[in-house]
Amino acid sequence: MSITLNDYLILSTIIFMIGMYGAMRRTNLLMLFFSTEIMLNAVNIGMAAISKFHGDLTGQMFAFFIIAIAASEVAIGLGLLILWFKRNNSIDLDTLQSMKG
Amino acid sequence: MFEVVAFYLFAFLTIAMFSVTVITKNALYALSSLAAGMIFISAFFFLLNADFLGAVQIVVYTGAVMALYAFGMMFFDSINDIKETPTNARLTFMLTGIIAIIVVMIFIAPVIGANATAHYPIHEAYGNTQDIGVVLFTKYLVPFEVAAVMLLVAMIGGIILAGKKMDASITQMSEEEVDDHHHTDSEIAKDIK
Repeated sequence: MSITLNDYLILSTIIFMIGMYGAMRRTNLLMLFFSTEIMLNAVNIGMAAISKFHGDLTGQMFAFFIIAIAASEVAIGLGLLILWFKRNNSIDLDTLQSMKG
Repeated sequence: MFEVVAFYLFAFLTIAMFSVTVITKNALYALSSLAAGMIFISAFFFLLNADFLGAVQIVVYTGAVMALYAFGMMFFDSINDIKETPTNARLTFMLTGIIAIIVVMIFIAPVIGANATAHYPIHEAYGNTQDIGVVLFTKYLVPFEVAAVMLLVAMIGGIILAGKKMDASITQMSEEEVDDHHHTDSEIAKDIK
């Protein structure tokens, strides 16, 4: 018995679903950021697993760029979040509903 | 055998940690369990012979991203429990359907990619770090440079966004001055509203 690609993909799916559940259930913006990180990490596991089982480095390359994007997303997102908190004293998602069309 | 045990152990730990992140009401618990989960995920990268990716995962995620969150949380009142309004049930139902479609696509993906050929095959003789360096600086040089510019832009943007009205140093004020300062700040915020 050894670990196959499917095992890694199932794990990746489970972690992605945890992140998705968090993104749906949470209305606190900081928690939404955390859920996004979880989803990005789940995808990274899948990428690395496919990279190994297909003997191709492209998967790992994409994982690197995903990590770079996640890092810049956190920098910008937290800056905006701090700005929003200074204005409204709340980081609840419902405070963002000012743009009713 | 070792690989199987390690896989299931770290799978259990990662899922447990991320579940705590998603479920808990305390922001500090969420932050620490997320950091632990990130470390455990790097174990999968080492198991998959992606040593460099594992090291990057630890350095970038738990070193940089988590530290950034920790500093960012100083601005929010994270001691108290998070107050949340309940989410819309219909929206949750719709998103669950989208999740189901994603799951199906994930399990179909290996079938579609079964006869895919490797563009950049792994060279066992090189070692993972050298192998990645060769591909990154030949085939992915332009995306690499673009990512570097993107990180620079993100850094400058983060400083500008978070650094507003930080010219007054709270550490060098007396207690009364801090209270006054905070008071005027919230008044300005009300005016903006």
